[in-house]
Amino acid sequence: MEEVREQVSRMPRLGEPAPAFEAATTHGMLKLEDFKGSWLILFSHPADFTPVCTTEFIAFAEIFPELQKRGVELLGLSVDSVSSHIAWVRNVEEKTGVKIPFPIIADLSKEVSLAYGMIHPGQSKTETVRCVFIIDPNQIIRTILYYPLTTGRNMDEILRIVDALQTTDKNAVATPANWRPGNPVVVPPPNTQEMAEERLKQGYECIDWYLCKKKL
Amino acid sequence: MACINPDGKPTESGTKMLRALKSGLGSPEEIAKEAGLPLFRVRSGLRELTQAGLANQKDEKYELTEKGTELIE
Repeated sequence: MEEVREQVSRMPRLGEPAPAFEAATTHGMLKLEDFKGSWLILFSHPADFTPVCTTEFIAFAEIFPELQKRGVELLGLSVDSVSSHIAWVRNVEEKTGVKIPFPIIADLSKEVSLAYGMIHPGQSKTETVRCVFIIDPNQIIRTILYYPLTTGRNMDEILRIVDALQTTDKNAVATPANWRPGNPVVVPPPNTQEMAEERLKQGYECIDWYLCKKKL
Repeated sequence: MACINPDGKPTESGTKMLRALKSGLGSPEEIAKEAGLPLFRVRSGLRELTQAGLANQKDEKYELTEKGTELIE
């Protein structure tokens, strides 16, 4: 019971520094700090040589060039060994022609999994659920997604979130529901009465003083 | 090690890093650009090369040691 509580209590949150780690990967020993200066998507999968995970890895490999264009690195993780990871990615390439270009952490000790709250005992006491941590160049956690073992993730949404976060950082704006690049963005709401009165005269597309959009 | 095979010979990425270091002191960013490797690989690789005595770190930059130079000649 204590161990389960300990596992559940370590859940990193948005806006916090990503927990540091040093881990064995398919590209050698890597530390979180090796990725400083780049955006990083750290994602976990339950197990190698399983069907949903394989479709996800193929999908991540397919968006990898788009992520690279955006200055984003990918880093996978499961509690399998390096040998298992190597055998699996070689099998994926042999059977589908898709090369997996990014490193995968072999988290046999579950040290990284536990630090990132990737083990959800209600789903599995031994395997990680499908997590996605989007970490910015200052190594702050900006988005966290948790998907169940049965549901593969959507790459379109992951790319959309990256675009939204980078747009926010570049332009000091927010992005509305279902936003896509090129769509109007949300102007930060006024935080004084004076600004609220001025807002409707500033030429934005407004529903009211607190909800205004603009084109970038 | 990711840069050096168990038989002591550098891997392809290890060779690229050692060759990039051959031209003199370099920061990880400069070496990554010269070697055409991702920055995270270079940072990790430089750590390994330094631990293996093939590179030296001076402040924020790296250079080949004599042992490292011999390996790529």
